Amino acid sequence: MIALTKRMSRGSVETPALFEPVALPAGDQCKIRFRNLRKDFAAGNRIFTALDEINLEIANGTFFVIVGPSGCGKTTLLRMLAGLERPSAGTIECARRGSGRPRMSMVFQGDAIFPWMTVWDNAAYALKLRNVPPGEVADIVGHFLDRTGLTKFARAYPHQLSGGMRQRVSIARAFANDPEILLMDEPFSALDEQNKTLLQEELLRIWDETKKTVLFITHSVDEAVTLGDKIMIMTAHPGRIKELVDVPFERPRKVIDLRAQPAYGELVFRIWGYLREEVQQARLQSEGRLEGKYGA
Amino acid sequence: MSAQAGSSEFVTVASASAKRRLSLSFGSALTERIMTLVSPVALLLVWELAGRVGLLDQRYFPTPSTIFAALHALAASGELWSNTKASLVRLALGFLVGGIPALAIGILMGLSRPMRLVVDPLIAATYPVPKSAILPLLLLIFGLGEGSKIAMVAIGVFYPVAINTTAGVLTINKVYFEVGSHFGATKWQVFRTIALPGALPLIMTGIKLGAGLGLVLIALAEMVGAKQGLGYMIWNSWELLAVDTMYAGVLTIAVIGFVLTLFFNEIERLLVPWNRAS
Repeated sequence: MIALTKRMSRGSVETPALFEPVALPAGDQCKIRFRNLRKDFAAGNRIFTALDEINLEIANGTFFVIVGPSGCGKTTLLRMLAGLERPSAGTIECARRGSGRPRMSMVFQGDAIFPWMTVWDNAAYALKLRNVPPGEVADIVGHFLDRTGLTKFARAYPHQLSGGMRQRVSIARAFANDPEILLMDEPFSALDEQNKTLLQEELLRIWDETKKTVLFITHSVDEAVTLGDKIMIMTAHPGRIKELVDVPFERPRKVIDLRAQPAYGELVFRIWGYLREEVQQARLQSEGRLEGKYGA
Repeated sequence: MSAQAGSSEFVTVASASAKRRLSLSFGSALTERIMTLVSPVALLLVWELAGRVGLLDQRYFPTPSTIFAALHALAASGELWSNTKASLVRLALGFLVGGIPALAIGILMGLSRPMRLVVDPLIAATYPVPKSAILPLLLLIFGLGEGSKIAMVAIGVFYPVAINTTAGVLTINKVYFEVGSHFGATKWQVFRTIALPGALPLIMTGIKLGAGLGLVLIALAEMVGAKQGLGYMIWNSWELLAVDTMYAGVLTIAVIGFVLTLFFNEIERLLVPWNRAS
């Protein structure tokens, strides 16, 4: 009756119907597996390859961070996992433990909590959609509002909150859904440096309790090294895997203490080395596109 | 190093003025409310005086005091109330008959592109037709009774509500629909948790516009073949040359319009507490 998908498909090639990943055998330590993944978009009458040759395995319980220049397709990768886009080629497989828990929850980029719902209703949104019993919803939401320091603001509306608090609501909503995999698309990019550091601390604290598999996208190398167990650096368009780096720091981590360590600076420096030429490349590409449009 | 007041190196660019700040914070809300009353009261006073000294012809412009006297007499006889009630009942029924389908069609159009492609041309083609021009047709179809009056209001309410509801759904940020889809919302859940609440601010705008238009049209429709209602009262007083009753009817409609606006503003405040930083 309501053709929602049509409305959402404006601007992309296919109708992004919910993408069902293939189930991996239970007991496998691997949580997510990408095989020969590719994603194309139509740009005018030309085909534009956003992502190509993505072959990757992510182990259960890993905090996996993806960094890359803008336009490298990192958001597309996450959106395919979230079921909002469909791969053009290849597969995404997910281990399924048969627990009845939702497979993934996403923390969207920017402001994505509903302005017409209170903090409490926003955090409870995914649970209510699944018809979780009200008592259980109250327990879970109460817990995560507490963990994100939002208990006092449970009845406030988003317009009454600061940007950092709104992002906390978004995180509470995703965690409350208790997914097997958490997807985070540059969740802190719109925040100022101080708030960003605070939220990173909080995220680490909540994550330490649950040790969920996380896929986290960022353009900040500092953020990647602070949060991640493993960092994947992507190439400029089309996005391919350039380098996989292990982050050796112990957990639980304290953001400020961590950043004081020499090893931290060295790792940031090393990753910047991989990233620098890709960022240059991305810049040349976008300037080239502009030149094609406006140049003589 | 300290800067001396009046030294040539420093110029005062801003300083607190206690007096101005205080007078503003004390008076603003109250003064503004009083100011909105000043112009109508002044108009009535000038009107009354002009009528008494003979500047205004009493046959066309009876003084406000005469109008209020007529209003009082009409209220005392129960005539005013029975006519007002008749108009309000028609208005309410027309509102439901026109508003509910408009809401449903508006939301469907906002959510579904094919629906929009099919229905939009029909709305665009029929919207500019003056509703008063189809009154004879409505009288033909529904007869001189209640049907034609209710239909008139319904048609008037339908357009602003449908058009604003569609616009309301279309202005909802795409990311909210993605959140719904990502968390597995069914179509009904998308409607209930995203499309309807998200479109509500503009739906309320449509309802308020519809209320105004409905009031215009009900007065008009009641002038033809009605036995009751404020429009009938105005028309009848023209036939009887009771000019002060005519003014009393117009005044009553104006007051109803004003009260309806206040009523819907209050409804909006209750239904859309999240809109704007109020």
